[in-house]
Formats: sequence, structure tokens, C-alpha cells
Amino acid sequence: MRPKALKIILSALLMITLLGIIITHQVSAEAPRVIEITAKRFAFTPNQITLKKGEPVILRLKSEDVTHGFFMRKLKIDETIEPGKTLDVAVTPDTAGTYTTICDHFCGVNHGSMNMTISVVE
Amino acid sequence: MKEVDRRRFMKIAGSSLGIGVLYSAMPSARAKGEAGAFFGELGKKNGEAVTPFTFLQLSDAHVGFDGPPDPLGTKAFERAVEMVNALPQRPDLVLFTGDLTHDTEDKDTHANRMRRFLEISKRMNVPLVKYVPGEHDAGLDAGQMYREFLGESYYSFDHRGVHFIALDNVSRAKPEVGPDQLAWLKKDLARFDKSAPIIVFTHRPLFDLKPEWEWFTSDGDDVMNVLAPYQNVTVLYGHIHRDDEHAVDHVHHYAARSLIFAFPDPEKTAAKKPFPFDKDAPFKNLGIRLVHENFAGKPLVNTVSVQDVELTTREFMGINGINQILRNPSL
Repeated sequence: MRPKALKIILSALLMITLLGIIITHQVSAEAPRVIEITAKRFAFTPNQITLKKGEPVILRLKSEDVTHGFFMRKLKIDETIEPGKTLDVAVTPDTAGTYTTICDHFCGVNHGSMNMTISVVE
Repeated sequence: MKEVDRRRFMKIAGSSLGIGVLYSAMPSARAKGEAGAFFGELGKKNGEAVTPFTFLQLSDAHVGFDGPPDPLGTKAFERAVEMVNALPQRPDLVLFTGDLTHDTEDKDTHANRMRRFLEISKRMNVPLVKYVPGEHDAGLDAGQMYREFLGESYYSFDHRGVHFIALDNVSRAKPEVGPDQLAWLKKDLARFDKSAPIIVFTHRPLFDLKPEWEWFTSDGDDVMNVLAPYQNVTVLYGHIHRDDEHAVDHVHHYAARSLIFAFPDPEKTAAKKPFPFDKDAPFKNLGIRLVHENFAGKPLVNTVSVQDVELTTREFMGINGINQILRNPSL
């Protein structure tokens, strides 16, 4: 291969690499925060999280035992968490407040007390 | 026929203790003049005229529950049955709106609880008892055991000109009736005139009473939309362990008290915690609601009145009484 052609190819590769780095950086800068929440009869762990109003987040849900629900009407969350699977739920709260989020998939004797708090601050 | 007459003709009356609610469908059958003509026309349209009768709603016995907060097991349920049998007027039927038993993952134990529930329930001296499941009966096995004991979990029947509809909003584990049942409901209602008197009974509320306490049905709006064209609809439910009345559009929704323990008013307390057990008043808040409607054929008049009576405690008063109760085994 002629030196000039090689130079052009190497330059192109360098440009592509730099562009990739820039794009990756931008994506990671805008990537929403990921919060892992584990359901296990009859509690969510953690049982309290704090979000900022307007902040997009990913709630990464998983179950360590049986099928659970994850429900909060005002945040438009209505999910089913099946054991062995991970479920990502995108949430961007638009109103500050305290939201009690419940398991709404009957999971056993203390199902009625399985909940957690999502606090949304200004 | 006047619109309001159609909507408010049902007389509803309740009686005593944790037994829930005693209702009377009393459309002033003896009424003369305008009201009499109304019921005559209603009877022609719906195939059978509504004639006066009385029925009861019981709810949430949770047979097998051993507290806290309530260590009395089936005592309130059994007391309720005694009081039903002592009513001066024998009710035509009893509707039991779910949570007949408390759940357990041991199938044999759950079956024993169901047998125990039925043994007590069958002591009631009433001609007909109808049931729907609660999530504690049907949530863990999609209603399989419930159906083995009591048959289908949703169905309908007619009684003295009133169409009763049993809806199951617990067997899918989530609080919902689901598309199959909705399709069935539409088909079931199709033969009725829009003026037909309809009583729906189910476990969970069909509206958003308190979603963060799981006091809702996620597709309750779909159910109510199917019912919306019908002008005489009443919904009876349990689940919330307290008496409650809500009017949503032209439909009145009534919750019965439980037979095990009571929840407070969600508007006055943040946490979902039952009232603590009071040994001096073991059946406190396990009352029955008397509801009367004094229909007189007048349009645009709310003639419903409510009377709540707490479960009498009689022999269960005092420390000795409580100890006596506690010695009795429960499932």
C-alpha cells in the first residue's frame, strides 16, 4: 500500500475513534441514574429512595423469590416483577412528594404490608 | 318513567355487629299512584317485578387468622352468625364478599380453613348464601381451591326482580377482573333493560378508594363503564375492613365491616395499620350497618339513612371472658 493511502486510512480511523469517544462521553453524561430495588417477601430493599423532581432515573427491579408487583398510581408505575428477570422502569417524577409504592401482586400472608417509599424532592 | 325514580328505588337496610350489612330491597311494592305505576312498568320491562325482600352482606372473616391484632379467631364470625339467626326478620339471602379464609401456603391447612368457614357459615338460617373470593382465598393459587369448594368465582343470578352479579377481582393475583370477565359481564348484561335493578358484589372496591393501601381495582373503570348505561346499580364490597359509602356518578358503592379486625379511616391516618385489639371491647368497630331508604316516589330526593351498630360483646366482656375465648383453638 502506498504511504499516502495508508496515511488517509489511519487518519480516518483516528477520526472515527475520536468521534466514538465523544459520543460515548455524551451518552454517559446523559444516562439516567440507575437504582436497584429488590423485592423479597414481604419487603423491598431499599425501602426508601429519594429522587429529584424532573430527574430521569431507571428503577432496576428484580425479585429474589416469587412474583411481585410494583405499583404507584401517581408516578404511573404498574409493573410485575418476575423471579429470575430484571426489569428496568424509566421514571421522571414531575411532582415533589412522598409516594407509597406497593406490591400489588398477592404474594403471601404479609403481602398487605409490602411497600416502600419514593420521596421526590425539588 | 322518571329518571330519579329508577335510580333510587332500592330500599337498603342493615343490622348488627361485624356481620356486615343487612340490606332490604323494598321498592314500596305496595306504593300506589306514581310509585306504584313505576314499579309496575319496571316489572314488565325486566320480566319480574321487584318485590320487597331483605338480605345481608358479610365480609372478611379471615378464618385461620390468629393475630395480632385480633386473637379471637372466628369468635366475631360465630357471633355474627348467632345474630343473623336472631334477626326478627329472616333475610332472603346472604352475600359474603370475600376473604372467607386467611391464606397459607400449606394447602391442607388452607382446605381445613375453608371447611371451618363453611361449617360456621352453614349455621346461618337463611335460604341462600352466595360468595365471592378475596385475595386471601384465591391470590396464591389463582382461585383453584376456592372453586373446588364453592364453584365459579364470578357468576350472576336473579332474585325477586333484582339481578345480582358476583365479580372476582382477586384471582389474577393483581387487583383486576381481567378481559375475560369483562367480556362475560357485557354478555351477561345484554339481556337487561337499562332500568333493571342490579346489585354487584365483589371483594375490592371498583374505584380508587386508596390505591397506596391497595384499595382499588386496576380495571375498575372498565367494569363501571360497562355498567354505566344501567340506571339502578349498587356495588357492595369488602376488603377495607370498615364501613364506607361512596357515590360515583349514579352508582353507590358500599363497603361492609370485617369480622376480624378494623382499619382506620385512610383520610385520617398515613400508615395502613389496623386498630389495636381492645380486650375490653373485643368487637369494637366490627359493627353492622343499617341502611334505610325511605322511597316514596319523589324524584331528586336522597332518602337513604344509615345506622351503625357495634357487635355486642355480652359473654366476652372482662378478663375472664377474654381468657375463655383465648382457650378455644383456631385453625
